[in-house]
Amino acid sequence: MSGKTFFVDLSRCTACRGCQIACKQWKQLPAEQTKNTGSHQNPPDMSFVTLKVVRMKEVGSRDDFKWLFLPDQCRHCVEPPCKDAADSIVKDAITQDKATGAVVFTEKTKGLPFDVVRGACPYDIPRQDPATKVMSKCDMCNDRVTAGMLPACVKTCPTGAMNFGERDEMLAMAKKRFEALKQTNPKAVLVDWEQVRVVFLTEHEPRLYHATLMADADSAGPVTRFAALDAVLGLRNQARG
Amino acid sequence: MTNHWIDLKNSDCIFVIGSNPAENHPISFKWIMRAKDAGGKLICVDPRFTKTAGKADFYAPIRSGSDIAFFGGFISYILANDLMFKDYVVNYTNASFIVGDAYDFKDGMFSGYNAEKKAYDKSKWAFAKDEAGIVKKDPSLQNPRCVYQLMKKHYERYTLKAVSDITGCAQDKLEQCYKLYGATGAPEKTGTMLYAMGQTQHTVGVQNIRAMSIIQLLLGNIGVAGGGINALRGEANVQGSTDQGLLFHILPGYVPTPAASMQELKTYNEKNTPVSKDPKSINWWGNRPKYLASYLKAIYPKQKPEDAYKWLPKVEDGKDYSWLTLFDEMYKGAFKGFFAWGQNPAASTANCGKVREAMTKLDWMVTVNIFDTETASFWKGPGMDPKKIKTEVFFLPCCVSIEKEGSISNSGRWMQWRYPGPAPLGGTKPDGDLIYELFEKIKGLYAKDKKAVFPDPIVNLNWDIATNHVFDPHKVAKLINGYFLSEKTIGDKTYKAGDPVPSFALLQDDGSTCSGNWIYAGSYTDKNMAARRDKTQTPMQEKIGLYPGWTWCWPVNRRIIYNRASVDPQGKPYQPTKPVIEWQDGKWVGDVPDGPWPPMADEKGKYAFIMTTEGFAQLYGPGRNDGPFPEHYEPMECPIPEHPFSKVLNNPTALKFTGNREGHASCDPRFPFICSTYRVTEHWQTGVMTRWTPWLLEAEPQMFVEMSPELAALRGIKGGDKCTVESARGSLWAIAIVTERMRPMQVMGQTVHMVGIPWHFGWVYPKDGGDSANLLTASVGDPNTGIPETKAFMVNVKKA
Ligand code: SF4
Ligand code: SF4
Repeated sequence: MSGKTFFVDLSRCTACRGCQIACKQWKQLPAEQTKNTGSHQNPPDMSFVTLKVVRMKEVGSRDDFKWLFLPDQCRHCVEPPCKDAADSIVKDAITQDKATGAVVFTEKTKGLPFDVVRGACPYDIPRQDPATKVMSKCDMCNDRVTAGMLPACVKTCPTGAMNFGERDEMLAMAKKRFEALKQTNPKAVLVDWEQVRVVFLTEHEPRLYHATLMADADSAGPVTRFAALDAVLGLRNQARG
Repeated sequence: MTNHWIDLKNSDCIFVIGSNPAENHPISFKWIMRAKDAGGKLICVDPRFTKTAGKADFYAPIRSGSDIAFFGGFISYILANDLMFKDYVVNYTNASFIVGDAYDFKDGMFSGYNAEKKAYDKSKWAFAKDEAGIVKKDPSLQNPRCVYQLMKKHYERYTLKAVSDITGCAQDKLEQCYKLYGATGAPEKTGTMLYAMGQTQHTVGVQNIRAMSIIQLLLGNIGVAGGGINALRGEANVQGSTDQGLLFHILPGYVPTPAASMQELKTYNEKNTPVSKDPKSINWWGNRPKYLASYLKAIYPKQKPEDAYKWLPKVEDGKDYSWLTLFDEMYKGAFKGFFAWGQNPAASTANCGKVREAMTKLDWMVTVNIFDTETASFWKGPGMDPKKIKTEVFFLPCCVSIEKEGSISNSGRWMQWRYPGPAPLGGTKPDGDLIYELFEKIKGLYAKDKKAVFPDPIVNLNWDIATNHVFDPHKVAKLINGYFLSEKTIGDKTYKAGDPVPSFALLQDDGSTCSGNWIYAGSYTDKNMAARRDKTQTPMQEKIGLYPGWTWCWPVNRRIIYNRASVDPQGKPYQPTKPVIEWQDGKWVGDVPDGPWPPMADEKGKYAFIMTTEGFAQLYGPGRNDGPFPEHYEPMECPIPEHPFSKVLNNPTALKFTGNREGHASCDPRFPFICSTYRVTEHWQTGVMTRWTPWLLEAEPQMFVEMSPELAALRGIKGGDKCTVESARGSLWAIAIVTERMRPMQVMGQTVHMVGIPWHFGWVYPKDGGDSANLLTASVGDPNTGIPETKAFMVNVKKA
């Protein structure tokens, strides 16, 4: 399977929010009228005009305290359940770019039932404009990527947390980092890497970051993923000889 | 910075204290993460758990304002456990220097204190000299009057127990921290210290940095790759503006401002040119007369330096003209007019309620900025009655930095040329054009007016900084670099009038050269060096990420200063895997060395620290106003009544003011909590640019106060509640963020709580954003720099 993939190394994310702002800037999305609600996370959640939000979570206390950051966005599932759900209702309301694998919501999503589309997403990504009923989410900056550029959020990230490229290269990078991180963080997880094109590497149990960082066990596939990852990477290496 | 941003990746251990680079210098984390990838460790010491702490291998909280206790304990630990890099210390620092008999330290005071003047007679701290006038030394470090022994005695009092009591940091944490970083004392290891306003904004700010420098010198970490003492600057060009003489006590290039007692250039030079009798000491500041003469020729090209000198404004001897003092004078009605150029003192100055009132005493004020500010609109601010305010305010809108051409100098001293981006909006102009046109007018008025008072310095000023009446940054950059004014033969080379000065080594004191700023000589020669983007490097330079062809760095494109201390006396790098310079076949390779002389062991060799008079780095620093060794004093507002191991609670020489706007409250039950101010990534300074940028405001929309769950419970506050935070000087509202990142501490047997607030907000915009944190901070300052103590003061917090 080819196309593009993000590798997001959460052990490097400092919550600078460069990616969150870059996304708004490239997409020219308006700012929301926010308030401080007792947290630095703002806007508090994704919305029709906020396609990427850096989530911040404080867990534990004193010596075992952790401040966890999650630059959250659409995972661009390899086989997108939102598109599956939409296809039978309005054809081409949700599309998938053959070359990159980007899953893209179109204007036609206004004809879709929102609860069905949002409910189909294992990561709770789709949002809707209450006025026009059009739905939105990250589109992998498909315009930029098709023109040979990096997605805006990746281009901006200073720490190396956000990476983007050919799927096999990203998976190889992800695996290498995962192996290294496991030495110090035995609970590190390479989240749902088979199913998605936005692969997060966590330092701790994924649920500590956010309830929907990882898909539910039922939809997440078998736990023998790493054997599979090895197989994929092995094939790639063979192919390249 | 002694080093530069990329160099962080070379470090075995990065020690972050008094700064929060993950939040405030996000790009630095590109390099910090690379150091970690290579096995380096990251230490973060901070009163609160920051984003940097979140990425650290080791985190320890200390009470805000207790840094010197923490460092004093560290120095003591290094000496007691013999962790120092002995060869380095003996070869390159003044550890072996013998201190004169007049120096003493007793009960928290150094010798030479004058209680009336609240100042020290620093001559009492001088070194002992032999008949030839050379400082006496004992390289065995045994003499009880040598710096090493005096330092050991001074810091013996800083036991782990005492330090733990003062800082609120557990003894085992302190020990772990000292041990981890102390390991960089091994010759092949290097460690870097990163600091920012968390270290400087204290009444002991300068001594905080001195204490870090002492640790770095003991561990042999100065001049080396992955080492140094690195100030993370608070603005993109604060390094550049300081270099260009922004502060009152210096002219461009760190040349002291003339004082009234020095009416003649000759007198100035006698008083400001250090002399060393030691032939091995380069004593670079011995060249100072050449730099002042060249500066004078840059601003008054037709005058002889000795005549031009008479036109320079002089400061009154011993008088302070620093920021807080200026506004104190304004408050007393000393000024008629004020230019607030690219600044917002009504929000940025400590105790800014006083500043806002001070502005009502002016006849006029001109503000130059890109948006409305609390300063521009002070007359209609909270508590002001515009009808009663006489001050006439003029607002000159200017364009934004990215809309104009010019250079900025970053923390790593890199002068980076920038081309203009988008055209300025709405007819706004670059600051350069505003000042050009303004001074053209002033000059014209002086020239016309027969009765003008002392017109010479105005009408003769070199104002050739424009082309066709448009400000020309290239002209200015060339003048800053400097050029020959008449034909001059130096060595076997003859320079013609108009030839650029290739380096400051060629500047003259006879008026044949001009240079607006000697440290920038070499930046604009046959081409604009700062505009270079060449990534070529030698294999040796590649090892440490050194790019000599990328922009230009002062001095003389030297990327790591004091680099002569990175090699042994034979010129071999102490860290062969990350060499900065090396003596090979009779010449230096790698970075530009601190001077061309052979290594120290050679008979023509010179001492490594060429900027000090004696040639050695100063563990003992007799030049500061508050003592040759850093001593722990409490902040001016503090929660403890007595110093645990001395009789002096606060810095006896701190800058203070009197009057009805100067409330102070130590150990006052009305203000029981320590407060500190800081920044968030999304906003910059007082928020003049960022509050008006909707995407940034969306992420950090309102004034907040961070506090521990324990303190919140004590006050019945929940996260998201609107609270009142008040000090002896003012009060403001803030939204509570209740977080485990803040924690109560045990200090001298009592529980001490701390809160923190950002200083980016102001009443002008947004309307529900809150007001400036500086309404609460105190106008007290460091005795050397006048920097205000905004990182530790006392407040109360309650539900609004
Ligand atoms: S830009 Fe990178 S480091 Fe910053 S918040 Fe986004 S992912 Fe994290
Ligand atoms: S890929 Fe583009 S649309 Fe998606 S989160 Fe990044 S910047 Fe936003």
